[in-house]
Amino acid sequence: MIDFDYRRATSLDDAIRSAGASSKFIAGGTTLVDLMKLDVERPAHLVDINALGEDSNLASVTELPGGGLRLGALARMSDVAWDPRVRDGYPVVSESLLLAASGQVRNMATIAGNIMQRTRCWYFRDTAMPCNKREPGSGCSALAGLNRIHAVLGTSDKCIATHPSDLAVALVALDANVIARSSAGERTVPIRDFHVLPEQHPEREHALRPGELITAIDLPPLSFAKRSLYLKVRDRASFAFALASAAVAVDLQGGVIRAARVALGGVGTKPWRSTEAERALVGRKANAATFRAAADAALAGAKPRKDNAFKVRLATRTLERALTQVTS
Amino acid sequence: MSTPLGVGANAPDVTLSTADANRLADHRGSPVVLIIDSSHWDPTREEMTARLAAWHDLPHGVQVVHASNSPVSAAFGTGDHDAAFVIDPSGIISWRYVSGIDALPKSGGWSRREFVQAAITFAAAIAFTHGIHPVARAWAAEPEHAMATSTVTLRVNGRDLPLELEPRVTLLDALRNYAGLTGTKKGCDHGQCGACTVHVDGRRVLSCMTFAVMQQGHDITTIEGLARGDTLHPIQQAFITHDGFQCGYCTSGQIMSATAMVKEPWGTADSDVREAMSGNICRCGAYPGIVAAVQSVRGNNPSGASR
Repeated sequence: MIDFDYRRATSLDDAIRSAGASSKFIAGGTTLVDLMKLDVERPAHLVDINALGEDSNLASVTELPGGGLRLGALARMSDVAWDPRVRDGYPVVSESLLLAASGQVRNMATIAGNIMQRTRCWYFRDTAMPCNKREPGSGCSALAGLNRIHAVLGTSDKCIATHPSDLAVALVALDANVIARSSAGERTVPIRDFHVLPEQHPEREHALRPGELITAIDLPPLSFAKRSLYLKVRDRASFAFALASAAVAVDLQGGVIRAARVALGGVGTKPWRSTEAERALVGRKANAATFRAAADAALAGAKPRKDNAFKVRLATRTLERALTQVTS
Repeated sequence: MSTPLGVGANAPDVTLSTADANRLADHRGSPVVLIIDSSHWDPTREEMTARLAAWHDLPHGVQVVHASNSPVSAAFGTGDHDAAFVIDPSGIISWRYVSGIDALPKSGGWSRREFVQAAITFAAAIAFTHGIHPVARAWAAEPEHAMATSTVTLRVNGRDLPLELEPRVTLLDALRNYAGLTGTKKGCDHGQCGACTVHVDGRRVLSCMTFAVMQQGHDITTIEGLARGDTLHPIQQAFITHDGFQCGYCTSGQIMSATAMVKEPWGTADSDVREAMSGNICRCGAYPGIVAAVQSVRGNNPSGASR
């Protein structure tokens, strides 16, 4: 691991002032420390923001004035997952957190750090291999390599790495908002615009500017989010990243779907909202044929590769099962 | 250019737009070495290395701040010259070097890296010894691997342990290699196996995934802190009773994870234990015994998990 300079920020303003192009914020550390050991991340400065949660709402869950919940950026995954307001009002969020990582990691990793996770693409994590995301212009090893875990949606000829976050899939289904602070002030970024497609620049992953700090993620009020769930399919029963996952919320009245939210994980280069699937659900009876049509619509644009063609079928069935469960 | 501020003048309060400083007045109460670069400060690795190497020689308590913006050079009257000031804890300038105006023992043809390194070391020497003796270190060979250590005090099992650590030392390595507490094990060192599990403020965490310097002020409990004298923690005893281990390498992590997990809001089933304990890998496959041990402490009857 390279040398770095460590500073514990004493306030939000102090943290923002301390940040620069060669610095990284650190909170839980479960992504950053891991990648620093691999030499994938090489920050010259670390700004520790953990102390900012002590006298603020930055580490807690609070109710928004107009309804909805504010998840403080420094709230730990486990605290948000077990929060009764989250479990009751947004089960999809609670489940996406509890199905992610391990008990220890969930006690460390923060909500903001979760959506800032880097891909688990094994070529990205291996500095001996070319990777356009890690080293722009060096090439993508996954295109012709072992690409079983890679994306089938939102890919480009530069990168096919999946986004690893489960939480972000739930958030994109709920139209959550990311609140970010910089020296220029505070701004709100819809989660749908927060993560960006790789296209020709896979090194660009999100909408944050250098030195900008996430302070919260807002869950807007959504009455039918009570009828929501997260279904995750992976290589082992626990503590593994998704091969395919679905976040669904359905407004069901008299057996008919009035509104629906659908997002997929494990298959996209970003947390994948599927308005195509939502359109195929709204106004239809909640039955197997409807769910099948919605799932087919969600994966219609899939571009499978040599080893990951199974994901198209797997994601289709995952979504069908999620919709079946959430409406039963 | 205007006249640079001299020794004895009040240092003006200015905003320092660098990665490691804020307002100058925020540093009142400790000696400050202020480095002013005439051109934009680009913290490339090379310069950082030199800077940290010089910093390594600073006594504790000295703040080094760096500025490259024109408001700072204007406030100190240094124009487009490189400069270094020592500001005492009450905010008075106690030493000054402005390139081209003041003299250092060696001059001419310095690279910016050499300037920064020399200026910091000079300034630090003057700030603390009011003499010139340690200056020779400024001209040491290019630093290869000189990392700033600091005293990091960890509260482990109720005792304060002051350790001299680099920032990059993980909590796991601090416990094992610096504090001599080798009960906590290093398995994968990447957060995937759970062998390094300890408690921080009563919650189970992975000591390999955090830096020790970040854990100051927190209560850390390791496997060494679990028993009360010769009386084992109930989970420790249960691992023995229910054969919860074979080779033992993962065991301290399993036990630390289990002792925290039983306080978390999980359901009562064996499957809840397996899910909750999925962050602890056992290559020997002692899982049935581990589930039985945890369930016995939780007061649940393991369903067919014993052997």
